[in-house]
Amino acid sequence: MAWFHKSKEIAAKPESPKKEDIWIQCPSCKAHIYKDEWGKNLKVCDRCHFHERLTWKERVDVLLDEGTFVELNAKVSWNDPLKFSDSKGPYAEKAVENCEKTGMKESVATGAGKINGIKVAIAIMDFRFMGGSLASGTGEKILQTALYAIRHKLPYIILSASGGARMHEGIISLMQMPKTCAALAQLREANLPYISIMTDPTTGGVSASFAMVGDIHIAEPRSLIGFAGRRVIEETIKQKLPEDFQTAEYLVDHGFVDMIVHRKDMKDMLSKILKYAGCR
Amino acid sequence: MSLDFEKDVAEIECRIEEFKAKNPEPTGALVKELNRLEMERADKLKEIYSSLTPWQTVQVARHPERPLIRDFINGLCSEFIELHGDRLFGDDRGMIGGFATIENHRVMVIGHQKGKELDEKIKCNFGQACPEGYRKALRLMKLAEKFHIPVVTFIDTPGAFPGRDAEERGQAEAIARNLLEMAALKTPVIAIVTGEGGSGGAIGIGVGDVVLMLSNAVYSVISPEGCASILWRDGTKAAEAANALKITAKSLLQLKIIDEIIPEPVGGAHRDFVTTMKTTKKVLLKHLTSLEKVSPRKLTSRRFDKFAAMGRFK
Repeated sequence: MAWFHKSKEIAAKPESPKKEDIWIQCPSCKAHIYKDEWGKNLKVCDRCHFHERLTWKERVDVLLDEGTFVELNAKVSWNDPLKFSDSKGPYAEKAVENCEKTGMKESVATGAGKINGIKVAIAIMDFRFMGGSLASGTGEKILQTALYAIRHKLPYIILSASGGARMHEGIISLMQMPKTCAALAQLREANLPYISIMTDPTTGGVSASFAMVGDIHIAEPRSLIGFAGRRVIEETIKQKLPEDFQTAEYLVDHGFVDMIVHRKDMKDMLSKILKYAGCR
Repeated sequence: MSLDFEKDVAEIECRIEEFKAKNPEPTGALVKELNRLEMERADKLKEIYSSLTPWQTVQVARHPERPLIRDFINGLCSEFIELHGDRLFGDDRGMIGGFATIENHRVMVIGHQKGKELDEKIKCNFGQACPEGYRKALRLMKLAEKFHIPVVTFIDTPGAFPGRDAEERGQAEAIARNLLEMAALKTPVIAIVTGEGGSGGAIGIGVGDVVLMLSNAVYSVISPEGCASILWRDGTKAAEAANALKITAKSLLQLKIIDEIIPEPVGGAHRDFVTTMKTTKKVLLKHLTSLEKVSPRKLTSRRFDKFAAMGRFK
Protein backbone atom coordinates (compact mmCIF):
# COMPACT_ATOMS: atom_id res chain seq x y z
CA MET A 1 0.00 0.00 0.00
CA ALA A 2 2.83 2.31 0.86
CA TRP A 3 4.08 2.54 -2.68
CA PHE A 4 0.54 3.23 -3.93
CA HIS A 5 0.07 6.12 -1.52
CA LYS A 6 3.39 7.52 -2.35
CA SER A 7 2.73 7.54 -6.04
CA LYS A 8 -0.60 9.25 -5.41
CA GLU A 9 1.20 11.83 -3.37
CA ILE A 10 3.59 12.51 -6.15
CA ALA A 11 0.76 12.84 -8.59
CA ALA A 12 -0.96 15.37 -6.33
CA LYS A 13 2.15 17.41 -5.67
CA PRO A 14 1.92 20.82 -7.31
CA GLU A 15 4.44 21.73 -9.94
CA SER A 16 7.68 22.74 -8.31
CA PRO A 17 7.97 26.52 -8.23
CA LYS A 18 9.99 28.09 -11.00
CA LYS A 19 13.44 29.35 -10.19
CA GLU A 20 12.35 32.95 -10.88
CA ASP A 21 9.65 32.74 -8.22
CA ILE A 22 12.14 32.19 -5.44
CA TRP A 23 15.31 33.78 -6.71
CA ILE A 24 16.27 37.08 -8.14
CA GLN A 25 19.47 37.61 -9.97
CA CYS A 26 21.31 40.81 -9.08
CA PRO A 27 21.39 42.87 -12.29
CA SER A 28 24.93 43.93 -11.46
CA CYS A 29 26.93 41.04 -9.99
CA LYS A 30 24.54 38.28 -11.16
CA ALA A 31 24.45 36.72 -7.69
CA HIS A 32 21.30 34.80 -6.85
CA ILE A 33 19.33 36.33 -4.02
CA TYR A 34 16.18 35.03 -2.30
CA LYS A 35 13.23 37.13 -3.41
CA ASP A 36 12.14 37.64 0.22
CA GLU A 37 15.64 38.74 1.08
CA TRP A 38 15.72 41.17 -1.88
CA GLY A 39 12.53 42.80 -0.65
CA LYS A 40 13.69 42.97 2.95
CA ASN A 41 16.95 44.49 1.74
CA LEU A 42 15.03 47.30 -0.01
CA LYS A 43 16.07 45.92 -3.40
CA VAL A 44 19.76 46.25 -2.63
CA CYS A 45 22.18 43.44 -3.43
CA ASP A 46 23.79 42.18 -0.24
CA ARG A 47 26.87 41.15 -2.10
CA CYS A 48 27.76 44.10 -4.35
CA HIS A 49 25.51 46.82 -2.87
CA PHE A 50 23.83 47.40 -6.18
CA HIS A 51 20.76 49.60 -5.57
CA GLU A 52 17.83 48.73 -7.82
CA ARG A 53 15.67 51.66 -8.96
CA LEU A 54 12.55 52.11 -6.84
CA THR A 55 9.07 53.34 -7.64
CA TRP A 56 7.93 56.49 -5.90
CA LYS A 57 5.65 54.49 -3.61
CA GLU A 58 8.53 52.26 -2.57
CA ARG A 59 10.52 55.43 -1.81
CA VAL A 60 7.70 56.69 0.40
CA ASP A 61 7.76 53.40 2.31
CA VAL A 62 11.52 53.51 2.73
CA LEU A 63 11.85 57.16 3.74
CA LEU A 64 8.71 58.39 5.45
CA ASP A 65 7.07 57.45 8.73
CA GLU A 66 4.23 55.04 8.08
CA GLY A 67 0.95 56.70 7.18
CA THR A 68 2.31 60.26 7.18
CA PHE A 69 2.54 60.87 3.43
CA VAL A 70 -0.05 63.21 1.94
CA GLU A 71 0.13 63.61 -1.80
CA LEU A 72 0.03 67.15 -3.23
CA ASN A 73 -0.46 68.44 -6.78
CA ALA A 74 -1.82 65.03 -7.79
CA LYS A 75 -3.89 66.55 -10.55
CA VAL A 76 -0.96 68.11 -12.39
CA SER A 77 -0.29 65.99 -15.44
CA TRP A 78 1.78 65.82 -18.62
CA ASN A 79 1.01 68.25 -21.45
CA ASP A 80 1.55 68.21 -25.17
CA PRO A 81 2.18 71.86 -26.04
CA LEU A 82 3.98 71.06 -29.30
CA LYS A 83 1.57 68.35 -30.48
CA PHE A 84 4.74 66.32 -30.79
CA SER A 85 5.06 63.21 -32.89
CA ASP A 86 8.07 61.08 -33.77
CA SER A 87 8.72 57.97 -35.83
CA LYS A 88 6.95 55.85 -33.22
CA GLY A 89 3.82 57.99 -33.23
CA PRO A 90 2.31 60.80 -31.17
CA TYR A 91 3.77 61.76 -27.80
CA ALA A 92 0.22 61.88 -26.43
CA GLU A 93 -0.18 58.12 -26.98
CA LYS A 94 3.15 57.37 -25.37
CA ALA A 95 2.28 59.54 -22.38
CA VAL A 96 -1.06 57.79 -21.90
CA GLU A 97 0.69 54.41 -22.04
CA ASN A 98 3.11 55.59 -19.36
CA CYS A 99 0.24 56.77 -17.19
CA GLU A 100 -1.42 53.36 -17.45
CA LYS A 101 1.83 51.54 -16.80
CA THR A 102 2.75 53.54 -13.70
CA GLY A 103 -0.53 54.89 -12.31
CA MET A 104 1.15 58.31 -12.39
CA LYS A 105 0.30 61.43 -14.38
CA GLU A 106 3.85 62.73 -14.52
CA SER A 107 7.39 61.64 -13.75
CA VAL A 108 7.34 62.95 -10.20
CA ALA A 109 5.14 62.48 -7.14
CA THR A 110 5.05 65.29 -4.60
CA GLY A 111 3.71 65.72 -1.12
CA ALA A 112 4.41 66.13 2.54
CA GLY A 113 5.25 63.60 5.22
CA LYS A 114 7.38 62.91 8.24
CA ILE A 115 10.92 61.58 8.56
CA ASN A 116 11.44 60.27 12.09
CA GLY A 117 8.84 62.77 13.24
CA ILE A 118 10.22 65.75 11.26
CA LYS A 119 7.74 67.19 8.77
CA VAL A 120 9.12 67.67 5.26
CA ALA A 121 7.98 68.62 1.78
CA ILE A 122 9.14 66.00 -0.70
CA ALA A 123 9.32 65.39 -4.43
CA ILE A 124 10.11 61.88 -5.67
CA MET A 125 10.95 61.22 -9.31
CA ASP A 126 10.05 57.87 -10.80
CA PHE A 127 12.20 56.56 -13.63
CA ARG A 128 9.39 54.33 -14.94
CA PHE A 129 7.48 57.35 -16.26
CA MET A 130 9.27 58.17 -19.53
CA GLY A 131 12.69 57.71 -17.99
CA GLY A 132 11.87 60.17 -15.23
CA SER A 133 12.20 62.92 -17.80
CA LEU A 134 11.74 66.57 -16.82
CA ALA A 135 8.76 68.15 -18.57
CA SER A 136 6.16 70.83 -17.86
CA GLY A 137 4.14 68.82 -15.34
CA THR A 138 7.30 67.70 -13.53
CA GLY A 139 8.58 71.27 -13.25
CA GLU A 140 5.23 72.59 -12.11
CA LYS A 141 4.94 69.97 -9.34
CA ILE A 142 8.48 70.61 -8.12
CA LEU A 143 7.81 74.35 -8.09
CA GLN A 144 4.45 74.04 -6.33
CA THR A 145 5.99 71.81 -3.66
CA ALA A 146 8.75 74.38 -3.06
CA LEU A 147 6.07 77.04 -2.58
CA TYR A 148 4.23 74.69 -0.21
CA ALA A 149 7.45 74.24 1.78
CA ILE A 150 7.81 78.03 2.00
CA ARG A 151 4.20 78.51 3.12
CA HIS A 152 4.53 75.84 5.81
CA LYS A 153 8.18 76.59 6.70
CA LEU A 154 9.27 73.05 5.87
CA PRO A 155 12.55 71.63 4.63
CA TYR A 156 12.42 70.38 1.05
CA ILE A 157 13.76 67.04 -0.13
CA ILE A 158 13.94 66.09 -3.80
CA LEU A 159 14.86 62.60 -4.96
CA SER A 160 16.01 62.72 -8.55
CA ALA A 161 15.83 59.80 -10.99
CA SER A 162 15.94 61.11 -14.50
CA GLY A 163 17.60 60.90 -17.88
CA GLY A 164 17.13 64.65 -18.34
CA ALA A 165 14.73 67.00 -20.10
CA ARG A 166 11.90 65.41 -22.10
CA MET A 167 12.42 66.10 -25.81
CA HIS A 168 8.71 65.64 -26.56
CA GLU A 169 7.86 68.92 -24.85
CA GLY A 170 10.78 70.69 -26.52
CA ILE A 171 11.75 74.12 -25.23
CA ILE A 172 9.02 73.95 -22.57
CA SER A 173 10.98 71.10 -20.96
CA LEU A 174 14.19 73.15 -21.11
CA MET A 175 12.43 76.01 -19.34
CA GLN A 176 11.61 73.74 -16.40
CA MET A 177 15.29 74.02 -15.50
CA PRO A 178 15.19 77.78 -14.71
CA LYS A 179 11.64 77.37 -13.41
CA THR A 180 12.54 74.83 -10.73
CA CYS A 181 15.72 76.72 -9.85
CA ALA A 182 13.75 79.96 -9.49
CA ALA A 183 11.50 78.18 -6.98
CA LEU A 184 14.55 76.94 -5.09
CA ALA A 185 15.95 80.48 -5.06
CA GLN A 186 12.77 81.50 -3.20
CA LEU A 187 13.23 78.60 -0.79
CA ARG A 188 16.77 79.83 -0.14
CA GLU A 189 15.45 83.37 0.38
CA ALA A 190 13.10 81.90 3.03
CA ASN A 191 16.15 80.29 4.66
CA LEU A 192 14.72 76.78 4.42
CA PRO A 193 16.89 73.70 3.96
CA TYR A 194 16.96 71.83 0.68
CA ILE A 195 18.42 68.34 0.47
CA SER A 196 18.97 66.84 -2.97
CA ILE A 197 19.14 63.05 -3.17
CA MET A 198 20.57 61.76 -6.43
CA THR A 199 19.57 58.26 -7.36
CA ASP A 200 20.31 56.25 -10.47
CA PRO A 201 20.30 58.04 -12.90
CA THR A 202 20.53 61.79 -12.36
CA THR A 203 21.68 63.21 -15.67
CA GLY A 204 21.21 65.93 -18.29
CA GLY A 205 18.80 68.75 -17.54
CA VAL A 206 17.96 67.43 -14.07
CA SER A 207 21.58 67.29 -12.95
CA ALA A 208 22.05 70.75 -14.52
CA SER A 209 19.19 72.24 -12.54
CA PHE A 210 17.45 71.44 -9.25
CA ALA A 211 19.46 68.29 -8.41
CA MET A 212 22.77 70.20 -8.21
CA VAL A 213 21.81 73.21 -6.12
CA GLY A 214 21.05 71.50 -2.83
CA ASP A 215 22.38 72.64 0.52
CA ILE A 216 23.35 69.01 0.93
CA HIS A 217 23.89 66.49 -1.87
CA ILE A 218 23.38 62.82 -1.04
CA ALA A 219 23.71 60.01 -3.56
CA GLU A 220 22.81 56.36 -3.50
CA PRO A 221 25.79 54.07 -4.08
CA ARG A 222 26.96 53.71 -7.67
CA SER A 223 24.23 55.96 -9.12
CA LEU A 224 24.98 57.43 -12.54
CA ILE A 225 25.25 61.22 -12.14
CA GLY A 226 26.42 63.56 -14.87
CA PHE A 227 25.63 66.18 -17.47
CA ALA A 228 26.47 64.72 -20.88
CA GLY A 229 26.13 61.08 -21.87
CA ARG A 230 29.17 58.80 -21.83
CA ARG A 231 28.92 58.03 -25.55
CA VAL A 232 28.71 61.72 -26.50
CA ILE A 233 31.77 62.52 -24.38
CA GLU A 234 33.77 59.61 -25.80
CA GLU A 235 32.91 60.74 -29.32
CA THR A 236 33.87 64.33 -28.51
CA ILE A 237 37.22 63.67 -26.86
CA LYS A 238 38.03 60.50 -28.82
CA GLN A 239 39.03 58.72 -25.64
CA LYS A 240 37.71 55.86 -23.56
CA LEU A 241 36.40 57.03 -20.21
CA PRO A 242 37.30 55.31 -16.94
CA GLU A 243 34.93 52.63 -15.70
CA ASP A 244 33.78 54.64 -12.69
CA PHE A 245 33.23 57.87 -14.67
CA GLN A 246 30.06 59.73 -13.55
CA THR A 247 29.35 57.37 -10.67
CA ALA A 248 28.26 58.74 -7.30
CA GLU A 249 31.67 57.78 -5.90
CA TYR A 250 33.40 59.69 -8.71
CA LEU A 251 31.33 62.77 -7.90
CA VAL A 252 32.29 62.59 -4.23
CA ASP A 253 35.94 62.49 -5.30
CA HIS A 254 35.43 65.57 -7.46
CA GLY A 255 33.59 67.51 -4.79
CA PHE A 256 30.03 67.58 -6.07
CA VAL A 257 28.35 65.18 -3.68
CA ASP A 258 28.61 65.35 0.11
CA MET A 259 28.08 61.70 0.87
CA ILE A 260 26.97 58.35 -0.37
CA VAL A 261 24.34 56.78 1.80
CA HIS A 262 23.08 53.21 1.67
CA ARG A 263 19.35 52.99 1.17
CA LYS A 264 18.76 51.41 4.57
CA ASP A 265 20.53 54.32 6.28
CA MET A 266 18.99 57.14 4.23
CA LYS A 267 16.06 57.92 6.51
CA ASP A 268 18.16 58.23 9.65
CA MET A 269 20.79 60.29 7.87
CA LEU A 270 18.13 62.70 6.63
CA SER A 271 16.67 63.19 10.08
CA LYS A 272 20.14 63.72 11.56
CA ILE A 273 20.96 66.41 9.00
CA LEU A 274 17.57 68.06 9.33
CA LYS A 275 18.16 68.43 13.06
CA TYR A 276 21.39 70.35 12.34
CA ALA A 277 19.26 72.58 10.12
CA GLY A 278 17.04 73.29 13.10
CA CYS A 279 14.07 71.24 11.93
CA ARG A 280 11.98 69.37 14.42
CA MET B 1 29.23 80.71 -48.87
CA SER B 2 25.72 79.88 -50.03
CA LEU B 3 23.49 77.26 -48.42
CA ASP B 4 22.00 74.41 -50.42
CA PHE B 5 18.51 75.93 -50.48
CA GLU B 6 19.96 79.17 -51.83
CA LYS B 7 21.02 77.56 -55.14
CA ASP B 8 18.72 79.78 -57.20
CA VAL B 9 20.20 82.92 -55.65
CA ALA B 10 23.73 81.63 -56.16
CA GLU B 11 22.89 81.01 -59.80
CA ILE B 12 21.64 84.56 -60.30
CA GLU B 13 24.72 85.86 -58.51
CA CYS B 14 26.85 83.87 -60.97
CA ARG B 15 25.04 85.47 -63.84
CA ILE B 16 25.56 88.93 -62.34
CA GLU B 17 29.27 88.24 -61.95
CA GLU B 18 29.53 87.00 -65.51
CA PHE B 19 27.60 89.99 -66.76
CA LYS B 20 29.85 92.36 -64.86
CA ALA B 21 32.95 90.63 -66.18
CA LYS B 22 31.71 90.93 -69.76
CA ASN B 23 30.48 94.49 -69.28
CA PRO B 24 32.89 96.25 -66.94
CA GLU B 25 31.31 99.64 -67.69
CA PRO B 26 27.67 99.00 -68.63
CA THR B 27 25.61 101.76 -70.21
CA GLY B 28 22.01 102.17 -71.40
CA ALA B 29 20.17 98.88 -71.84
CA LEU B 30 23.01 97.03 -70.14
CA VAL B 31 22.50 98.99 -66.91
CA LYS B 32 18.84 98.16 -67.12
CA GLU B 33 19.67 94.48 -67.54
CA LEU B 34 22.03 94.56 -64.57
CA ASN B 35 19.36 96.22 -62.44
CA ARG B 36 16.89 93.60 -63.56
CA LEU B 37 19.27 90.86 -62.46
CA GLU B 38 19.84 92.54 -59.11
CA MET B 39 16.08 92.80 -58.62
CA GLU B 40 15.64 89.18 -59.56
CA ARG B 41 18.26 88.25 -56.96
CA ALA B 42 16.59 90.34 -54.25
CA ASP B 43 13.16 88.91 -55.04
CA LYS B 44 14.45 85.36 -54.99
CA LEU B 45 16.20 85.93 -51.67
CA LYS B 46 13.07 87.43 -50.21
CA GLU B 47 11.00 84.52 -51.47
CA ILE B 48 13.34 81.93 -49.97
CA TYR B 49 13.78 83.71 -46.63
CA SER B 50 10.11 84.41 -46.14
CA SER B 51 9.34 80.71 -46.05
CA LEU B 52 12.35 79.02 -44.48
CA THR B 53 11.64 75.62 -42.96
CA PRO B 54 12.83 75.08 -39.38
CA TRP B 55 15.73 72.96 -40.65
CA GLN B 56 16.75 75.64 -43.15
CA THR B 57 16.60 78.16 -40.30
CA VAL B 58 19.05 75.96 -38.39
CA GLN B 59 21.44 76.25 -41.34
CA VAL B 60 21.14 80.05 -41.30
CA ALA B 61 21.58 80.16 -37.51
CA ARG B 62 24.80 78.14 -37.90
CA HIS B 63 26.03 80.01 -40.98
CA PRO B 64 29.82 80.39 -40.79
CA GLU B 65 29.55 84.08 -41.66
CA ARG B 66 26.81 84.85 -39.14
CA PRO B 67 27.67 87.74 -36.79
CA LEU B 68 29.23 86.48 -33.55
CA ILE B 69 29.44 88.13 -30.15
CA ARG B 70 32.53 90.18 -31.10
CA ASP B 71 30.60 91.56 -34.07
CA PHE B 72 27.70 92.51 -31.83
CA ILE B 73 30.05 94.16 -29.35
CA ASN B 74 31.74 96.10 -32.17
CA GLY B 75 28.44 97.00 -33.74
CA LEU B 76 26.50 97.98 -30.62
CA CYS B 77 28.99 99.25 -28.07
CA SER B 78 31.11 102.38 -28.04
CA GLU B 79 33.31 100.84 -25.37
CA PHE B 80 34.13 97.33 -24.23
CA ILE B 81 36.41 96.48 -21.35
CA GLU B 82 36.89 92.73 -21.33
CA LEU B 83 37.18 90.91 -18.03
CA HIS B 84 38.74 87.49 -17.67
CA GLY B 85 38.57 84.45 -15.46
CA ASP B 86 36.27 82.72 -13.01
CA ARG B 87 38.69 83.19 -10.06
CA LEU B 88 38.45 79.45 -9.45
CA PHE B 89 40.09 77.62 -12.29
CA GLY B 90 40.78 79.57 -15.46
CA ASP B 91 39.53 81.72 -18.29
CA ASP B 92 37.16 80.13 -20.78
CA ARG B 93 37.48 81.72 -24.22
CA GLY B 94 34.16 80.12 -25.16
CA MET B 95 32.41 82.59 -22.86
CA ILE B 96 33.48 86.21 -22.90
CA GLY B 97 32.30 89.25 -21.03
CA GLY B 98 33.02 92.68 -19.70
CA PHE B 99 31.85 96.24 -19.19
CA ALA B 100 30.29 97.82 -22.25
CA THR B 101 28.61 101.05 -23.20
CA ILE B 102 25.60 101.03 -25.49
CA GLU B 103 24.62 104.64 -26.30
CA ASN B 104 24.29 106.11 -22.80
CA HIS B 105 23.78 102.80 -21.00
CA ARG B 106 26.61 101.15 -19.06
CA VAL B 107 26.03 97.39 -19.05
CA MET B 108 27.74 94.06 -18.46
CA VAL B 109 27.93 92.09 -21.68
CA ILE B 110 28.33 88.32 -21.45
CA GLY B 111 28.07 85.68 -24.14
CA HIS B 112 29.27 82.61 -25.96
CA GLN B 113 32.09 82.98 -28.42
CA LYS B 114 32.28 80.54 -31.31
CA GLY B 115 35.36 82.05 -32.93
CA LYS B 116 35.99 82.90 -36.59
CA GLU B 117 39.28 81.37 -37.72
CA LEU B 118 40.02 77.73 -37.03
CA ASP B 119 42.62 78.31 -34.31
CA GLU B 120 40.26 80.72 -32.57
CA LYS B 121 37.39 78.25 -32.91
CA ILE B 122 39.51 75.57 -31.28
CA LYS B 123 40.54 77.93 -28.46
CA CYS B 124 36.92 78.61 -27.63
CA ASN B 125 35.71 75.06 -28.21
CA PHE B 126 33.39 76.24 -31.01
CA GLY B 127 31.31 78.17 -28.50
CA GLN B 128 30.78 75.22 -26.18
CA ALA B 129 31.52 76.72 -22.80
CA CYS B 130 33.07 74.79 -19.91
CA PRO B 131 32.16 75.10 -16.21
CA GLU B 132 34.72 77.90 -15.83
CA GLY B 133 32.87 79.77 -18.58
CA TYR B 134 29.55 79.57 -16.73
CA ARG B 135 31.28 80.51 -13.48
CA LYS B 136 32.98 83.47 -15.16
CA ALA B 137 29.56 84.52 -16.46
CA LEU B 138 28.13 84.28 -12.95
CA ARG B 139 31.01 86.24 -11.48
CA LEU B 140 30.38 89.04 -13.95
CA MET B 141 26.63 88.97 -13.30
CA LYS B 142 27.21 89.33 -9.54
CA LEU B 143 29.58 92.20 -10.32
CA ALA B 144 26.89 93.86 -12.41
CA GLU B 145 24.46 93.43 -9.52
CA LYS B 146 26.93 95.06 -7.16
CA PHE B 147 27.51 98.00 -9.53
CA HIS B 148 23.81 98.34 -10.36
CA ILE B 149 24.26 97.91 -14.09
CA PRO B 150 22.11 95.72 -16.34
CA VAL B 151 23.33 92.44 -17.78
CA VAL B 152 23.02 91.74 -21.51
CA THR B 153 23.76 88.17 -22.59
CA PHE B 154 24.36 86.96 -26.14
CA ILE B 155 23.45 83.32 -26.65
CA ASP B 156 25.09 81.40 -29.48
CA THR B 157 26.20 77.87 -28.66
CA PRO B 158 25.70 74.32 -29.91
CA GLY B 159 25.57 73.37 -26.21
CA ALA B 160 27.77 73.20 -23.12
CA PHE B 161 31.02 71.33 -23.77
CA PRO B 162 30.58 67.57 -23.35
CA GLY B 163 34.10 66.68 -22.26
CA ARG B 164 35.67 64.66 -19.50
CA ASP B 165 37.29 67.68 -17.84
CA ALA B 166 34.06 69.65 -18.05
CA GLU B 167 32.22 66.84 -16.25
CA GLU B 168 34.92 66.54 -13.61
CA ARG B 169 34.81 70.26 -12.91
CA GLY B 170 31.03 70.17 -12.60
CA GLN B 171 29.38 71.24 -15.86
CA ALA B 172 25.99 70.35 -14.38
CA GLU B 173 26.62 72.25 -11.14
CA ALA B 174 27.90 75.33 -12.97
CA ILE B 175 24.79 75.60 -15.15
CA ALA B 176 22.43 74.78 -12.29
CA ARG B 177 24.06 77.42 -10.08
CA ASN B 178 23.64 80.05 -12.80
CA LEU B 179 19.94 79.24 -13.17
CA LEU B 180 19.36 79.72 -9.47
CA GLU B 181 21.49 82.85 -9.13
CA MET B 182 20.12 84.48 -12.28
CA ALA B 183 16.58 84.00 -10.97
CA ALA B 184 17.55 85.97 -7.88
CA LEU B 185 19.82 88.59 -9.52
CA LYS B 186 18.89 92.10 -8.39
CA THR B 187 19.67 93.86 -11.64
CA PRO B 188 17.98 93.77 -15.06
CA VAL B 189 18.91 90.88 -17.37
CA ILE B 190 18.29 90.91 -21.11
CA ALA B 191 19.11 87.71 -23.00
CA ILE B 192 19.42 87.70 -26.79
CA VAL B 193 19.56 84.46 -28.75
CA THR B 194 21.63 85.51 -31.75
CA GLY B 195 22.39 82.17 -33.39
CA GLU B 196 22.14 78.72 -31.87
CA GLY B 197 20.38 78.43 -28.52
CA GLY B 198 21.70 75.00 -27.64
CA SER B 199 19.94 73.48 -24.64
CA GLY B 200 21.45 73.73 -21.15
CA GLY B 201 24.45 75.56 -22.56
CA ALA B 202 22.12 78.33 -23.71
CA ILE B 203 19.79 78.62 -20.72
CA GLY B 204 22.88 78.72 -18.46
CA ILE B 205 23.08 82.43 -19.36
CA GLY B 206 19.48 82.78 -20.53
CA VAL B 207 17.34 83.60 -17.50
CA GLY B 208 16.33 87.10 -18.59
CA ASP B 209 13.67 89.61 -17.63
CA VAL B 210 13.37 89.98 -21.37
CA VAL B 211 14.40 87.25 -23.81
CA LEU B 212 14.92 88.39 -27.40
CA MET B 213 15.71 86.37 -30.47
CA LEU B 214 16.99 87.21 -33.93
CA SER B 215 14.49 86.09 -36.54
CA ASN B 216 16.71 83.31 -37.93
CA ALA B 217 18.08 82.12 -34.62
CA VAL B 218 16.96 78.81 -33.11
CA TYR B 219 16.52 77.74 -29.49
CA SER B 220 16.02 74.12 -28.52
CA VAL B 221 16.14 71.53 -25.75
CA ILE B 222 18.33 69.32 -27.97
CA SER B 223 19.92 69.66 -31.41
CA PRO B 224 17.67 68.38 -34.20
CA GLU B 225 20.37 65.81 -35.05
CA GLY B 226 20.51 64.60 -31.45
CA CYS B 227 16.75 64.36 -31.21
CA ALA B 228 16.52 62.52 -34.52
CA SER B 229 19.12 59.95 -33.52
CA ILE B 230 17.31 59.24 -30.24
CA LEU B 231 13.61 59.45 -31.16
CA TRP B 232 13.83 58.56 -34.85
CA ARG B 233 16.86 56.30 -34.34
CA ASP B 234 18.20 57.98 -37.46
CA GLY B 235 20.40 61.08 -37.36
CA THR B 236 19.47 61.98 -40.94
CA LYS B 237 15.88 62.73 -39.87
CA ALA B 238 17.08 66.03 -38.40
CA ALA B 239 14.73 68.07 -40.60
CA GLU B 240 11.71 66.21 -39.21
CA ALA B 241 12.98 66.62 -35.66
CA ALA B 242 13.58 70.35 -36.26
CA ASN B 243 9.95 70.63 -37.34
CA ALA B 244 8.61 68.72 -34.36
CA LEU B 245 10.72 70.54 -31.76
CA LYS B 246 9.36 74.03 -32.60
CA ILE B 247 12.68 75.82 -32.44
CA THR B 248 12.16 78.93 -34.56
CA ALA B 249 11.69 82.43 -33.19
CA LYS B 250 8.13 82.54 -34.46
CA SER B 251 7.16 79.31 -32.68
CA LEU B 252 8.88 80.38 -29.48
CA LEU B 253 7.08 83.71 -29.47
CA GLN B 254 3.78 81.83 -29.77
CA LEU B 255 4.81 79.54 -26.91
CA LYS B 256 5.62 82.67 -24.84
CA ILE B 257 9.22 81.56 -24.31
CA ILE B 258 10.63 84.72 -25.88
CA ASP B 259 9.33 88.28 -25.67
CA GLU B 260 10.24 89.77 -29.01
CA ILE B 261 11.77 88.88 -32.35
CA ILE B 262 14.53 91.09 -33.75
CA PRO B 263 13.94 91.03 -37.51
CA GLU B 264 16.97 90.25 -39.65
CA PRO B 265 17.59 91.86 -43.04
CA VAL B 266 16.40 89.91 -46.09
CA GLY B 267 18.74 87.00 -46.69
CA GLY B 268 19.81 86.72 -43.06
CA ALA B 269 22.02 88.63 -40.61
CA HIS B 270 25.20 87.36 -42.30
CA ARG B 271 24.37 89.29 -45.49
CA ASP B 272 24.08 92.67 -43.80
CA PHE B 273 25.79 93.28 -40.46
CA VAL B 274 25.06 97.01 -40.47
CA THR B 275 21.29 96.62 -40.63
CA THR B 276 21.37 93.73 -38.16
CA MET B 277 23.23 95.86 -35.61
CA LYS B 278 20.97 98.84 -36.16
CA THR B 279 17.81 96.82 -35.55
CA THR B 280 19.29 94.93 -32.60
CA LYS B 281 20.43 98.17 -30.99
CA LYS B 282 17.02 99.76 -31.35
CA VAL B 283 15.20 96.84 -29.69
CA LEU B 284 17.84 96.46 -27.01
CA LEU B 285 17.76 100.16 -26.08
CA LYS B 286 13.99 100.09 -25.80
CA HIS B 287 14.10 97.25 -23.25
CA LEU B 288 17.12 98.63 -21.39
CA THR B 289 15.39 101.95 -20.90
CA SER B 290 12.23 100.39 -19.57
CA LEU B 291 13.93 97.77 -17.33
CA GLU B 292 16.24 100.33 -15.73
CA LYS B 293 13.16 101.99 -14.23
CA VAL B 294 12.01 98.84 -12.40
CA SER B 295 13.03 98.31 -8.78
CA PRO B 296 15.26 95.27 -8.08
CA ARG B 297 12.58 93.71 -5.89
CA LYS B 298 9.96 94.03 -8.59
CA LEU B 299 12.40 92.74 -11.20
CA THR B 300 13.10 89.48 -9.38
CA SER B 301 9.46 88.90 -8.55
CA ARG B 302 8.43 89.50 -12.17
CA ARG B 303 11.25 87.26 -13.38
CA PHE B 304 10.03 84.51 -11.07
CA ASP B 305 6.46 84.85 -12.31
CA LYS B 306 7.63 84.81 -15.93
CA PHE B 307 9.54 81.52 -15.65
CA ALA B 308 7.04 79.95 -13.24
CA ALA B 309 4.34 80.42 -15.89
CA MET B 310 6.28 78.52 -18.54
CA GLY B 311 4.67 75.14 -19.05
CA ARG B 312 1.69 75.88 -16.84
CA PHE B 313 -1.33 74.98 -18.92
CA LYS B 314 -4.33 74.65 -16.65
